[in-house]
Amino acid sequence: MTIHPGLVRLTHWINAAAMTVMVMSGWAIHNAAPIAPFAFPAAITLGGGLIGALQWHFAAMWVLVANGGLYLVHGMVTGRLRCRLFPVSLQAVFADGLAALRGRLRHDDLAAYNGVQRLLYAGVILLGLAAVVSGLAIWKPVQFGWLTALLGDFDNARIVHFIAMAGIVAFAAIHVPMALLFPRSLRAMIFGR
Amino acid sequence: MADPDSAYILAAVARRLDLSTRRLFLRQALGLGTLGLLSGCKVVDGLGAEQALSGMNDFNDRVQAWLFDPMRRAREYPESAITRPFPFNSFYSPNTPDLAPEIDLAGWVLNVTGRVERKADWTLPRLYDLPRFTQITRHICIEGWSAIGKWTGVRLSYFLQRVGADMRARYVTFRCDDEYVTSIDMATALHPQTQLCLWMDDQILSRRHGFPVKLRVPTKLGFKNAKHVGEIEVGNDYTGGYWETYGYNWHSGL
Repeated sequence: MTIHPGLVRLTHWINAAAMTVMVMSGWAIHNAAPIAPFAFPAAITLGGGLIGALQWHFAAMWVLVANGGLYLVHGMVTGRLRCRLFPVSLQAVFADGLAALRGRLRHDDLAAYNGVQRLLYAGVILLGLAAVVSGLAIWKPVQFGWLTALLGDFDNARIVHFIAMAGIVAFAAIHVPMALLFPRSLRAMIFGR
Repeated sequence: MADPDSAYILAAVARRLDLSTRRLFLRQALGLGTLGLLSGCKVVDGLGAEQALSGMNDFNDRVQAWLFDPMRRAREYPESAITRPFPFNSFYSPNTPDLAPEIDLAGWVLNVTGRVERKADWTLPRLYDLPRFTQITRHICIEGWSAIGKWTGVRLSYFLQRVGADMRARYVTFRCDDEYVTSIDMATALHPQTQLCLWMDDQILSRRHGFPVKLRVPTKLGFKNAKHVGEIEVGNDYTGGYWETYGYNWHSGL
């Protein structure tokens, strides 16, 4: 039985690459006028400085949005998103979270996501949407002025964009080690089963 | 640039470029190296990626021209929102107003060139006599910071009409007395908030902020707001600009 259809696997890995480029070039852009009380070390940024970083960022954004849109449309049309991720129940998050910490969470059926997984996967989709929307608000604060105003004007939209990035990075900091810890799940995302 | 072959090729290509383009080229090639460094192998061919990014940059120019709504105005703010003191930023380094050009008004004129019917030069008193309007808008720097300022001056569309400019030309180029150059699309030049700014915060424009004439264009990023404008050229040939040569996106619309 196929756990992840081909299109989900393809869009997953394209998203991983595009998101990595967006985050690393975004760090370099942030460093030009930091809003956080620190700058990201140049060694983990992409673009070699503001000019190159902006070129990477404004190229990869098309890949991110087109790929993400394809994933979401596919997930909604096939009903996969709804059936895999919902409902997200806080009770299940706590119960499964505790079980995981005690090493008692079972992963027999890779197609059935536990409470923590549902929260994280649904959450990172929302964070991705927040990153795109806030990114649009700071890229085009005149043409999409209503959006920028909705986010509390330009400077606040920048902060929203930063927080969305931080959330996505925090997700990756959990997701990547977990995938490596359970190689069967990693294999399923590459080969489908 | 660990790989000696690619370093040699890059150097050979760089030698064929003029100085400013060469600096840009090498700087960006260096930027691409970061990715190779991280992954421990060359995941992207330096020149290929450079071309791809440049192609996307051009594509983004077209998307932004399409997105630009000539009627949509940048948000205007109340006096209480004005940022004081307004930040200083220059294309030259060090980033200090001490290096801003000192304009000798005795011989100063604003040249109007290219596809215009009346190329007569404009003295400052003549510019001060033109109808003016005031805007309190946000200046957004490509670096990410922003500041709200109050700018008063002549609507550029009025000025272009007054000199008999070819409104169907594609570009309006601004050449400055500090050697800075930038250019904008005609659609943006005719936008109602695009201004030849002569006063800032109810004072004659200061030296640090672009005396005697500054382009104020709130629908574009800060680096398009050229200071110390000495020549306005209307034309159909792409003229680019100082930062655009280094790889900043040309349209840079907001």
